[in-house]
Amino acid sequence: MTDNDNLTRRLESRHRELAQDTGQFRHWRVYRDDSQLLWVYLDRARSEVNTLDGEVLDEFDTILDGLEEKPPRALILRSLKPRGFCAGADVGQFADLNAEQIAALIGQGHRTLDRLENLAQPTVAVIHGHCLGGGLEVALACRFRIGLAGNLEAGFPEIRLGLHPGLGGTFRLLERSGSVTAMRMMLTGSSAHERQLLTRGLVDYLVEERHLEGAVKKLLNEAVTGRSQRHLSWIQRLANSYPARQILSRRMLAAAERSAPARHYPAPAALVELWRRQGGNRGRMQTAEQESFVRLTGTAASRNLVRVFSLREGLLQAVKEENRIRQVHIIGAGAMGGDIAAWCALQGLQVSLADLKVEPIAAAIGSLGGLGRRRHKSAIEIRNARDRLIPDPRGHGVEQADLVIEAVPENLQIKTSIHQAVEPRLKDGAILATNTSSIPLEKLATLLQRPERLVGIHFFNPVASMQVVEIVSHQGTSESARQQAMAFSKAIGKLPVAVKSYPGFLVNRALTPYLLEAALLLDEGLDRELIDRVAVEFGMPMGPLELADQVGLDICLDVADMLRNLLDSPMAEVPAWMREKVKKGELGRKTGQGIYTWQKGKAQKQGKGPEPDAGTRQACQDRLILPMLNACAECYRERVVSGPEHLDAALIFATGFAPFRGGPIHYAQSLGLETVRQRLSELAAAHGPRFEPDAGWQEL
Amino acid sequence: MSNSTHSAPQDSKAQPVYLVDGARTPFIKARGRPGPFTPVDLAVQCGRPLLLRQPLPRSVFDMVILGCVNVVSEEMNPARVAALRLGMGDGMPAFTVQINCGSGMQSIDTAFRYIRSGDADLILAGGAEALSHAPLLFRQQAVNWFAELAAARSASGRLRALAGFRPSYLKPVIGLERGLTDPVVAMNMGQTAEQLAHLFNISREQADAYAARSQQRLHQAQQDEVFEREIEPAFAADGKVYTYDDGVRPDSSVERLARLKPAFEPPFGRVTAGNSSQITDGACWVILASEKAVEHHGLQPIARILDSEWAALDPAVMGLGPVLSSTPILQRHALALGDIDLWEINEAFAAQVLACLRAWNDRDFCQSILKLEQAAGQLDEDILNVHGGAIGVGHPVGTSGNRIVLHLANALRLLNKKRGIATECIGGGQGGAMLLERV
Repeated sequence: MTDNDNLTRRLESRHRELAQDTGQFRHWRVYRDDSQLLWVYLDRARSEVNTLDGEVLDEFDTILDGLEEKPPRALILRSLKPRGFCAGADVGQFADLNAEQIAALIGQGHRTLDRLENLAQPTVAVIHGHCLGGGLEVALACRFRIGLAGNLEAGFPEIRLGLHPGLGGTFRLLERSGSVTAMRMMLTGSSAHERQLLTRGLVDYLVEERHLEGAVKKLLNEAVTGRSQRHLSWIQRLANSYPARQILSRRMLAAAERSAPARHYPAPAALVELWRRQGGNRGRMQTAEQESFVRLTGTAASRNLVRVFSLREGLLQAVKEENRIRQVHIIGAGAMGGDIAAWCALQGLQVSLADLKVEPIAAAIGSLGGLGRRRHKSAIEIRNARDRLIPDPRGHGVEQADLVIEAVPENLQIKTSIHQAVEPRLKDGAILATNTSSIPLEKLATLLQRPERLVGIHFFNPVASMQVVEIVSHQGTSESARQQAMAFSKAIGKLPVAVKSYPGFLVNRALTPYLLEAALLLDEGLDRELIDRVAVEFGMPMGPLELADQVGLDICLDVADMLRNLLDSPMAEVPAWMREKVKKGELGRKTGQGIYTWQKGKAQKQGKGPEPDAGTRQACQDRLILPMLNACAECYRERVVSGPEHLDAALIFATGFAPFRGGPIHYAQSLGLETVRQRLSELAAAHGPRFEPDAGWQEL
Repeated sequence: MSNSTHSAPQDSKAQPVYLVDGARTPFIKARGRPGPFTPVDLAVQCGRPLLLRQPLPRSVFDMVILGCVNVVSEEMNPARVAALRLGMGDGMPAFTVQINCGSGMQSIDTAFRYIRSGDADLILAGGAEALSHAPLLFRQQAVNWFAELAAARSASGRLRALAGFRPSYLKPVIGLERGLTDPVVAMNMGQTAEQLAHLFNISREQADAYAARSQQRLHQAQQDEVFEREIEPAFAADGKVYTYDDGVRPDSSVERLARLKPAFEPPFGRVTAGNSSQITDGACWVILASEKAVEHHGLQPIARILDSEWAALDPAVMGLGPVLSSTPILQRHALALGDIDLWEINEAFAAQVLACLRAWNDRDFCQSILKLEQAAGQLDEDILNVHGGAIGVGHPVGTSGNRIVLHLANALRLLNKKRGIATECIGGGQGGAMLLERV
């Protein structure tokens, strides 16, 4: 047997090594070929991906200096990183700088890119993989761009960090793509993929690596004849006229307000305003872009969103090992098991999916196509993923699996009997994982021969859109099992959060008091729409009552009862009507009726609900949010999670906890811990001991 | 008379060849439009669970061989496409074999010969066919018209070419019909069965009775869960699941069958849709291993393949292929018809199977054609196609040979019998046979 799998990829990586290093620069490699083309490769030192910062751009400036003494025929810019051209600016670099320093840094960047844009020689950016933010801004400053087909993705995600493009991206994108397309890309932060780059004028050619040379040659010829300049259509030019800007900007603002209200997220409005006022004049727009950008970097929203971004990186950096899991066996093809299976298959793993019945397995296979299409997968990629998802009604997959995930109903007896049947069949080094959300792992571990292999991998519903998975260890879980579970989660594009086996783990422990308190408020006669509205206005992605319906009232009830049984801290009583609803089968979204009536996956609300007065709003918000913060303090005290950063990250990415507030602990700190405790004490006096401030506040 | 290629079982260097395991999809009846699976889709559907239950990594096979007659244009060399889609690795050699209705057995036979000679240890051999995907073809005149149009260089030339169009060009040719018609004797397969019914004096009633019994045996076998390990459910992309051979007619009876009109030679013919095999989609794989592979991977074979034979004859009576290919095997091993414990004769047509039985029991035929001293005798129908055959299960042409070998192995184990022969007639005038022994 020869080891010739992935031969193409291996040969390609050999090809990349052809760019010789002159050793002149830390982050760049430069070489001049026989036809006097200067190839400039970005290869950021000690990093898997390219990012831009002052040092990288300074070095690039030095490269441009060198052109003057010995001008090349053209300059070709590309990346040596397999994953992409450039992921954008290093967002962390602004954290410790004041406004003047940031302005100076940005100003320097603008001068460098202006130099690049104004070079006498033709310049070509060759982009592959991700070309985002600052990376795209560099590419846009070149005269031509060639996209390499594959996983090409380009865009400006700055808006998600409470910013907009700041290195000339705003006006250069307007000139390339027309204002409507450009503004949409910048306001939504979503990328253009593959052929979309061609239609949006972002690349001149989209080719395979093997045709790069031909494409470069053609562009350089056209540069001489001057035939290649792409112009915007008259309708695109019209859309950028002064009156059109006044009208369109109003619509853009309204759309932005719906998804990211300006009082929490100032960036979209700043971007629209920038365009509305200066969109007709490049020079003024360049100045205004810098001013606006610098101002936004100073807003709390942006600082918090940037912090959230680095918290995310922090979660991924906690993964220390390479993923060795290639084949996964999943037991239980219900909503969770089926979606986990489809997700893993789409991420390239071999999956066997077992269930006593074939119908749920078939349903999981049926859902894979839609899931893949929403992730920009081609028909062939989807078919290959479907091939990797092996229906396994007889459960043969256990022996070959590196990881077995049990995702059967939350019943201790069913789970233990399955674990005991599976354990003797596991291959050496395989891990046994449970997707339980409420059963303490210790209970499952005691009956196993080798409990060190047991770990919790707790996915959230819906699997495809929830980024966080909780990696739950019990006392006896081995470090290697935990690390492999983390590495596996990262490999399938999830954010693993290591937590200790604790009632509700982290996320459900923190979320349940919030949901229960909402139910109590409802009992006290508050309008359901109003309760949800207060939470949304605080910055939650949806209100607690809608969320309870979404999760399923049965599951909320299970978790609430479990927490009441297992926790020392006082919990709110589950209202009788909720038990009644569960008994009647009114479980929420999945049955069409819960607290709300659901149609086509949407809660049927009576408008936005009444406008609360300031007092009600504050009281309601405190009663919803503070118990959640209190539970977070408890989890911190119990060391459920390794630190406040991971806690903040987990709550943001698992529950959507108002990202612009930087996470629950960070938010509490910004309010002042003493204030939070005091307010909790007041609430305890008024509403009962469930609000007693946790001892954990003293440790923070 | 027949020429034959036979193996040399007495060769002292011959390595024993084991049939380790196998699985197939349910055979899905063609319902007038392309079914949910292409040939390779089908091969992947049953190949995955089969490989999953083996105690060995899927990359350790030496090669993959697949029989397939109606290859679809997206899947040239379906064996290789299947091997890749089954995740057997970039380095897996794979080729497709085609001998019409014998293709699924030819893949096993090719693997058998590789392993017996010591050239390979572990081979995945299968058959796959999606008759519902057989193409509609353009008429030859229409193809010529297209070619002229494309070649026309000037506007007037193009106009002239355009004017040559005739509405009849739009009438498609059904590829399947073509494929089931012998191009040498110009008879379709059903007509060859009519010919045999005539030559061996088989009545419509006899053929219908055989067909009804075949359906009942299949139905009973399904009730008894005989196919528990043999059939793996097939899951379509739209979330639909297929679990059993849906050509089964539990309500089939001689009376009901009598109502059908002759399908090929009305009004006097005896072959109907009811006493013929059904047009279906399906795939099947078996794993063949050498002694060395069995020991090394701790495999538990079901059966040993002892011998195989191919024979050829007048295409107009291709249905006698089983007689011409099985008899030499019996002779080589000095076995009588009755020494075989189980028979699988592929049921292309009820009349054709009955003709085979009558031929063996016909002294003149046995003496003059088979060169036996006397009639081979009466084959006991109780040990023939004990769990039904292609009349109920269906006959995806490139798959059937594979299915009957696998089912024979499984049935030998289930019924605790020793020896069995699986054999089939092959359109174009051939026959294939294989002798198995339970391990």
